[in-house]
Amino acid sequence: MSELLHPRDLQFLLYELLDVEALTARPRFAEQSREIYDAVLETARAVAEEHYFPNRKRNDQEEPQIVDGVVVTQSDLKPAYAATAEAGIIASTHDAERGGLQLPHTIAGAAIAWLEAANIGSASYPMLTAGASNLIAAFGSEAQKAKWLPPMLDGRFGGTMALTEPDAGSALADLRTTAYPNPDGTYRIEGTKIWISAGEHQLTENIVHLVLARIAGAPAGTKGISLFIVPKRRYADDGVLGASNEIVLGGLIHKMGWRGTTSTLLNFGERGHCLGELVGEPHHGLAYMFHMMNEARIGVGRAATAMSYAAYRYALEYTRTRKQGRLPAEKDPTKPPVAIIEHADIRRMLLIAKCAAEGSLALVLACARLVDDEQTAATEAERAEAHLLLEFLTPIAKSWPSIYGQEGISNALQCMGGYGYAREYDIEQLYRDNRLNQIHEGTNGIQALDLLGRKVMQQQGAAVGAFMRRIEAAVAEATAAGLTDLAQSLGEAAAQMVTVTKSLGREMQADPTRGLANASVYMELVSRVVFAWLWTRQATVGTRALAHGASGDERAFYEGKVAAARFYARFELPKNGPDAALLLRNDPAALEFKDAWF
Amino acid sequence: MKIAVCIKRVPDMDVRFKIAPSGTAVDETGLKFDISDFDGYAVEAALQIKEKLNAGEVVVISLGGDVVQETLRKAMSMGADRAVQLKADGTHVDSFAIASALAAELKDGGYDLIMFGRMSIDTAHGVTGAIVAELLGLPCVNAISKLEFDGRTAKMRRELEGAYELVECALPAVVTIDEGIARPRYPSLKGIMAAKKKPLESKPAQLPAARLSLDALALPPERAAGRIIGEGTAAVPELVRLLKEEAKVL
Ligand SMILES: Cc1cc2nc3c(=O)[nH]c(=O)nc-3n(C[C@H](O)[C@H](O)[C@H](O)COP(=O)(O)OP(=O)(O)OC[C@H]3O[C@@H](n4cnc5c(N)ncnc54)[C@H](O)[C@@H]3O)c2cc1C
Ligand SMILES: Cc1cc2nc3c(=O)[nH]c(=O)nc-3n(C[C@H](O)[C@H](O)[C@H](O)COP(=O)(O)OP(=O)(O)OC[C@H]3O[C@@H](n4cnc5c(N)ncnc54)[C@H](O)[C@@H]3O)c2cc1C
Repeated sequence: MSELLHPRDLQFLLYELLDVEALTARPRFAEQSREIYDAVLETARAVAEEHYFPNRKRNDQEEPQIVDGVVVTQSDLKPAYAATAEAGIIASTHDAERGGLQLPHTIAGAAIAWLEAANIGSASYPMLTAGASNLIAAFGSEAQKAKWLPPMLDGRFGGTMALTEPDAGSALADLRTTAYPNPDGTYRIEGTKIWISAGEHQLTENIVHLVLARIAGAPAGTKGISLFIVPKRRYADDGVLGASNEIVLGGLIHKMGWRGTTSTLLNFGERGHCLGELVGEPHHGLAYMFHMMNEARIGVGRAATAMSYAAYRYALEYTRTRKQGRLPAEKDPTKPPVAIIEHADIRRMLLIAKCAAEGSLALVLACARLVDDEQTAATEAERAEAHLLLEFLTPIAKSWPSIYGQEGISNALQCMGGYGYAREYDIEQLYRDNRLNQIHEGTNGIQALDLLGRKVMQQQGAAVGAFMRRIEAAVAEATAAGLTDLAQSLGEAAAQMVTVTKSLGREMQADPTRGLANASVYMELVSRVVFAWLWTRQATVGTRALAHGASGDERAFYEGKVAAARFYARFELPKNGPDAALLLRNDPAALEFKDAWF
Repeated sequence: MKIAVCIKRVPDMDVRFKIAPSGTAVDETGLKFDISDFDGYAVEAALQIKEKLNAGEVVVISLGGDVVQETLRKAMSMGADRAVQLKADGTHVDSFAIASALAAELKDGGYDLIMFGRMSIDTAHGVTGAIVAELLGLPCVNAISKLEFDGRTAKMRRELEGAYELVECALPAVVTIDEGIARPRYPSLKGIMAAKKKPLESKPAQLPAARLSLDALALPPERAAGRIIGEGTAAVPELVRLLKEEAKVL
């Protein structure tokens, strides 16, 4: 099998670009070391290769089914889930006192990427449990943490996020599921949720749904939403598993990709017998959810990254062995054909795939590093700066790996000609699987509104300021390393982004609907600058290593980083030119197009 | 039951090796190292014995420079209780010398069972376990694929061509492990964290003077490119001719 991620690149990003080893100076990670991190990544890779990679196709072809009222999933899933929990991957970032490993998010993210590259439709189950458990750890009471976390972390209970309703998808503020208070402090939950991933299965003894609902009589809109723990089976404080909690499976949805993951329609408390526990304060549910959303959204970006990375690696291996055609200058038809990686057009496509995959991995790991900084940096100022930057980068980490990564997968597929399109190979599945990442966890359109409407405008543009400080540092570093061309293109693109942002800010003040009309184009423009920043930084680190005399494979690795950064700066970043022009005139062509004209 | 498992650090074999400028060693740049495959099976088998008996100790021992500490940690992250490094820098090729140093360490350890892999996957001498047994005056059973106990008696199975052999011996004993015995576990994240706190003792290896030396390493010659001589049955006469006249194998 090909290596789904490039271990040398992971090392480069974690230790050379993001200096993850520095985290071990912080009290939370004091007992850890690079050796431990490397061993964790080895184990994640072993779990991926043993339990996820072999069943990636079965998981796609044998969709979950309802048999005699019970959801039956593919048989390899249960051992995979158990092995993941057993290895400690679900518990990786939790506190040691709760049975967690207390690993940095950066390392946990890199570890999980191995599973996601191997088989996303299976990996989603433990990842959803991890997400749900993080929410309880962050906002649950001590009693709730003691009750729910141990069985979730050790693999006995699964977890879900139950937000979406048939009439409340992007507009969560309109959700209608209702919670009626009982005298004993519990709540009776009634309502319908749709699209709930891993909402029903037999992989675990119980499933813990984290449900957004409105307490009866709560105010309308986002301010009236609360968060509840609602288990599939009742679970008493004494740890005894009880009767069914009246969550009825209304049906399974059949999808383009992620087919191994159940997508469920769930009816809560049709006869009034579904009980839930309130998490935190009433009416704060959406705020809690959004707090976790940063991590969840980076998680979506990481999944997209892992898939585009795997596609790139498959194509790379293929193009090195497939022989076809001769170089244009070769006129002798008796000469043997060349490996297609010799063709400039194949290299161009591989470079798109490489820039998307490695650039996305740099982005999602950099975001995970910021989550670590937000939580554990030494000073309040550092934590606040990390938070600000993370607010700005999160919508991009969620959406751009799913868009640019999809382009990367498409190019990787193209490199393989007809075989890329065939189900006997892997890429067509990655193409389908990754397509979801533009949709769930807030569609990319909603991310664009979040970026332009909230993130860059709040606190007089403080987040853009934080980002620009990083850009200035990167430009200075690149200049010092002699990469003046990259420093210049990055500096210019960032300055252009600031000009566009100010212009759109004025438009929004005049008329928000008009100002936000091209938010998606704006997000593309910002995303390209973010990638230029990370590629320039990678080139800088690579150039320094080359100056220290790297040789052989190491030399090629670093030279590849520098040359890919240049490809990015010359082939991809210039696309910002027309986008900037469009945004500066805030082109109304779409906004003003009338319904009747379609 | 107190079990010692002797493990060797070896390079990942799925690569194209280069020879170092010295001409007598492999160029290690960019190579990945791990526990030798059969030694990994031995560690797994030892851990399973301990888990089954719910008692005892598994000690892993490796001879080499400080780089072997990583290999020992890995075995401890799988579950071994403690580790001993017999420190010896440089490359060692004389199995008798290596076995002597191991025997010196194992002699007074009070081990009921001493385990080795059937052979190392890099140099494949396959004699270290047997020499240690001889030096310690213990029974030795090679290449076992199954191991059970009846009191102080070990009952073992060895795979033969088309048959198998059942062997018994009294403890203490030396055994070398074949691959069928148990698939090595990967370390859990908890195991990895715990391994850091487990004791790793480093002491000089008591290596006698080597009587073997490695004089030169060479790569196999590059294979010539293949040749397509035709298709289907039509090509057979030509193939036979070439096998007779050029390859001279018929
Ligand atoms: C495979 C899969 C798994 C999922 N898993 C879960 C899960 O585990 N838990 C969960 O709660 N949900 C889950 N979802 C639901 C997912 O989060 C929603 O699909 C998503 O939020 C979009 O909602 P919707 O499908 O109702 O689309 P809609 O909200 O109807 O959106 C349709 C289109 O309109 C656009 N749009 C909507 N509102 C606006 C606006 N104000 N301005 C501009 N454009 C707008 C959107 O961007 C989109 O392009 C999952 C979805 C899928 C497909
Ligand atoms: C669904 C499907 C239906 C098909 N139906 C038919 C059919 O009915 N009849 C039939 O005869 N064929 C059919 N084909 C075959 C199809 O025409 C070939 O797949 C196509 O010509 C590409 O060839 P290939 O798949 O061998 O890819 P390759 O030729 O190996 O190409 C792989 C990659 O290398 C690139 N490449 C190759 N040579 C060069 C070069 N010299 N310079 C630059 N780049 C190069 C290609 O652009 C491609 O990106 C079908 C294919 C599919 C997928």
